[in-house]
Amino acid sequence: MVGGSPPAYRARRPGRLTPVSRWLFRRLLQAALTFAAAVVLLFFLMRLAPGDPLSRLAGDRAISEQELEFLRRRFGLNQPLVTQFRAFLGGIAQGDLGVSIEHYPEKVTSLLASRLPATLLLGGTVLLLNFIVGVWLGVTQAVRRGSRFDRWMTRLALAGYATPSFWLGLVLVAFVSLRWHLLPAAQMTDPLLPLDASPWTRAVDVLRHLALPALTLSLTSIAIMMRHQRAAMLSVFRLDYVSAARARGLTERRVLWRHAWRNTLAPMITLLGLWLPILVSGSIFVEAIFNWPGLGSLANDAIAARDYPVLLGTAMLVSGAVVLAGLLADVGYTIADPRVRQE
Amino acid sequence: MIGSLAGLLRRAWRHPSGRIGTAILLILVLTAVIGPAFLADPVVMPDVVAGATPPSAAHPLGTDHLNRDVLSRVVNGARVSLTVAALAVLLALTAGAAVGLIAGYFGGWIDALLMRVVDAALAIPRLFVLLLLLVVWERIPLYALVLVLGTTGWFATSRLVRGEVLRLKQEPFVTAAIAIGTGSWRMITRHLLPNAAGPVLVAATLGVGDVILLESGLSFLGLGIQPPTPSWGGMVLDARPLLLSAPWTAIFPGAAIVVTVLAVNLVGDALSAALDPRSA
Repeated sequence: MVGGSPPAYRARRPGRLTPVSRWLFRRLLQAALTFAAAVVLLFFLMRLAPGDPLSRLAGDRAISEQELEFLRRRFGLNQPLVTQFRAFLGGIAQGDLGVSIEHYPEKVTSLLASRLPATLLLGGTVLLLNFIVGVWLGVTQAVRRGSRFDRWMTRLALAGYATPSFWLGLVLVAFVSLRWHLLPAAQMTDPLLPLDASPWTRAVDVLRHLALPALTLSLTSIAIMMRHQRAAMLSVFRLDYVSAARARGLTERRVLWRHAWRNTLAPMITLLGLWLPILVSGSIFVEAIFNWPGLGSLANDAIAARDYPVLLGTAMLVSGAVVLAGLLADVGYTIADPRVRQE
Repeated sequence: MIGSLAGLLRRAWRHPSGRIGTAILLILVLTAVIGPAFLADPVVMPDVVAGATPPSAAHPLGTDHLNRDVLSRVVNGARVSLTVAALAVLLALTAGAAVGLIAGYFGGWIDALLMRVVDAALAIPRLFVLLLLLVVWERIPLYALVLVLGTTGWFATSRLVRGEVLRLKQEPFVTAAIAIGTGSWRMITRHLLPNAAGPVLVAATLGVGDVILLESGLSFLGLGIQPPTPSWGGMVLDARPLLLSAPWTAIFPGAAIVVTVLAVNLVGDALSAALDPRSA
């Protein structure tokens, strides 16, 4: 905004981008550049540790020096770093993330694709659960600010956030599954289910398997949702239009949800970018504990087997998702809050 | 300003969470410092054949699968975990403050470049950065673990410090300092850094909790602190096959993590409430 006539009076020439599309274009470009830089970082991270990624293999299993040499050649690790990097980029350009060492010669991309649905089911459930419960608790806390309920919910949420998901998962398995036999301890489906089971039976079976991992992940991460919702509500309560809505004699419930809460929605959407990394990191442990057949347990198996192409592929997929979530959150924010659009 | 920092600490102390958290933390640190002197050696295996024994007078928290005293290992684990977390956060804080100050103070292409790198780094969840760094390592030494945890934790701090510096640059006292010809070094160390201390302190406190959780998670995956050095995450990993037969081997180290991280976060909560009273 440097001098000149106010932009509103300037006639828009045909073919010129509107401010919103120009903003969108720049934001897209920025997201693409961020992802590209993250990919470069990821590639070089692997090479920072001493030794090449395959040197660990020899320590863990019976593998001869010749076989190791063959693998090094197969994965191009005997080439100079620059050549390796060029090959890596070339592969990405063709949508090829290399092959797995553990599941040789299966492609990393097909492994990722086969594990994605389970992770989406678990992550989506937790996101939905945390959104519904977290929003409700955060709003109630803000309404009853300073009360005993508010203080104890804050402490409980902090306690949940302080709990390592791998430990909570193990404790839940020990008691709920192994001791009390209430819910299954592992996997996504019961392998003993008859082949002609109805879709209803199958859905209930998946839900029973989903319960404990989703609960573990939700309890250890819901604090963030609650705290942000509480803070957002408190900042909205101070604004004039809430007092105006009250003055108009609207019911308290209508003021709360229609007027106050709706205006916290935009800041809550931006949380999506913050949320995803926490959810994904948590699911590495939770999926490992519950043998949930998703990306988390794939990454976990890759760690155990030192299967670095798979680990690298998972990290790339996750980073792409984080960048995309940030982009969607920004776009969502702009749509939800017209004030941002006018800038 | 040192005065405002003292005021911040005083306000945080008035907050009940601040006191509870500080008290728990003090007890934990004291136990970690002097406890090991009174307890059995956490590494030596007295009698492997006896296996895990339940809590008794001799072993208040029982013994683990190699018949080592669980209490001693939990207390010694506190020593390791707290030291690693404190050093890693100190490292991350220094790096984050330095980068944030440089980016915010000098601006221009330096700022643009540094912040694009931070953007890219923040796009990769920290756990994955650590996994990729550690998976290749054969038995990572403790100092390298501190180094790795510290160098992966400064991105968000640098953003925060940069934001504070940009805000402070608009303040009249900074304009006044520029007007009387204050040099860059003096400006950064005397005016910008002390005034950005509050938010950085809050971030650092919460960072300690995050690092303890991360370290225990990595140790649980076998990539963090290496046995026989006792670590809470490693103890939970050892306890996994004994979940039903010897639950005490899993429950106590996990509870130690929860209590420690909760205490740290209570202090962080009180500090952030003191920093922004309106959100409390």
